[in-house]
Amino acid sequence: MNLEAIKSELEAAVPGCRLELVANPSPSGQHSLRIDAAHAVALALYLRDAPGLRFDFCSNITGIDWPGKQTTEKVKLRKLIDGIEQDIEELRTTTSPGSLEVVYHLYSVKKKHGPLVLRSSTQDRDANVHLPSLTPVWRSAELQEREIFDLFGVVFDGHPDLRRLLLWDEFQDHPMRRDYVEPDDFEYEPTAHDEVLRRANQHLSEAGGKLQSQGGGR
Amino acid sequence: MITAASPTDPSELEPLSETSKEQLLEIAMGPQHPSTHGVFRMNVVLDGEHVVRLKPVFGYLHRNHEKIAESETYLGSMPYTDRLDYICSITNNWAYALAVEKLAGIEVPERAEYLRVITGELTRLQNHACLIGFLMQDMGSSGTPLMYAFREREKILDLFESLTGARMMCNYMRFGGCRADLPSGWLDQAKSVVAGFPRFLDEYEQLLVSNEILMDRTQQVGVLSRELAISAGISGPMARASGVDYDIRKVDHYSIYDRFAFRVPLGSHGDVYDRFMVRLLEMRESVGILEQAMRDIPAGPIVDPKMKVRGFRPKPGEAYGRIESPKGELGFYLISDGSPNPYRYRVRPPSLINLTVLEDLCVGRNVADVVAILGSIDIVLGEVDR
Repeated sequence: MNLEAIKSELEAAVPGCRLELVANPSPSGQHSLRIDAAHAVALALYLRDAPGLRFDFCSNITGIDWPGKQTTEKVKLRKLIDGIEQDIEELRTTTSPGSLEVVYHLYSVKKKHGPLVLRSSTQDRDANVHLPSLTPVWRSAELQEREIFDLFGVVFDGHPDLRRLLLWDEFQDHPMRRDYVEPDDFEYEPTAHDEVLRRANQHLSEAGGKLQSQGGGR
Repeated sequence: MITAASPTDPSELEPLSETSKEQLLEIAMGPQHPSTHGVFRMNVVLDGEHVVRLKPVFGYLHRNHEKIAESETYLGSMPYTDRLDYICSITNNWAYALAVEKLAGIEVPERAEYLRVITGELTRLQNHACLIGFLMQDMGSSGTPLMYAFREREKILDLFESLTGARMMCNYMRFGGCRADLPSGWLDQAKSVVAGFPRFLDEYEQLLVSNEILMDRTQQVGVLSRELAISAGISGPMARASGVDYDIRKVDHYSIYDRFAFRVPLGSHGDVYDRFMVRLLEMRESVGILEQAMRDIPAGPIVDPKMKVRGFRPKPGEAYGRIESPKGELGFYLISDGSPNPYRYRVRPPSLINLTVLEDLCVGRNVADVVAILGSIDIVLGEVDR
């Protein structure tokens, strides 16, 4: 199964789609194909139905969180300082938006080949977290996309029943994200001190109370 | 185009009969219901005795296994995989070890492969025997089939205990091999257990296969079509009962399964009875594999000597490894960033994905059938909720 051949076949079949080979340096040799969100459903339908491919079994769908990277660079500037023009260097920090990636592992029951690994990314991790749902193409996506929505916060457009799967509906935030912070559980932490005490007081002052240190202060 | 079986909004529901919408009854089966095999809830909307809608509610056992594994070393997650599907801990170990071996390119010595096949097939025997016992118990045959199954399972768990030190939480596999070699006398004991197993299967078949009550309760109940089974990612005995000829042991040729002669039983109706029969027949094939493996097992090392236990850091990359576990396709997807713990660790849980079609199978049937259908899917909540 040649990924290059599949790529050119897809490009011919779905005009306008943007595909990219993603090399995998691991000995597993499972390279993948990055697909663009706009053509994802058309590509998936073609992969499922094309007589030479027949990827009718979408085995595994999962999410990956890639937080934005902070890059610091030195920028040379000319500035007026105390009336004299000077060359100075300034540190500038830029943060890339990061993305949420969804990975699909496809197999073919009919032709007994696979895996074909597809990847698709959201534009960032905050506002543009939409990807098209592939549940209409492979029913196996139904629960797995709900799980990704629950744990990563990717919104799948076109999913018939997009609710949280494992956590309760009122839950905030998405625990599988790399920057997830567990909520404070002050009932579990009976003797709050230091950082926990500070956060407990912040938490309780919103509720109108204050906690005293029960540690060595007495 | 295949979509969900029914609308989510209750006001869109159409009653099956002439009953008005006000007479639909919504009940919660579970989480503390004896037939749910743990803590699992089905919100069932009933029109009289018939199911109009069924929405499963997951997550009562959720502990975010995947997140925990990201802060654990690769080997540190191995005992935790035991707790996924706690009936078959050894196949969970195997799937995880296989994924890591693909990720890091580790070779497994010959003897270790045989040990894996032997323990893995013993796991399949006890899982299928238990499942049939549970299914019969759920349908009201109080005790006998389940106790027969547990009697056989106990013999296999005794073997696991003397080999790994634990009956259920075996923690047996290591990357590049197995943790412990066979103690003296183990192989003879295992041979006698396996030699006695067909007698149990004969007894079981005599008791159940042409039992009229069982046939009435299970035939044409919960029919899963072949097309839906493939589309919904159903794997394992459940897919094969619907006629999907897909056994990962035959398709992927992982480990040394191409050395053994065995057949893949297929069903033709896809109902509860076929799912029960496929498992019964699979046990016969497993006995055959075990006999061949125990006859041919060579001497040699049980773990790759080049494999480092401490400071194991796979090179950056990713791998998806899967095996035919007793429940279905159990896969692990790992991404390494070169550090001692995985960047991403994903379990592809067959129990959860096989539940995708639960509503499709139950709509239109009555409440008592829901119990039989759920029992025939074979779920363990430790794996569904992770």
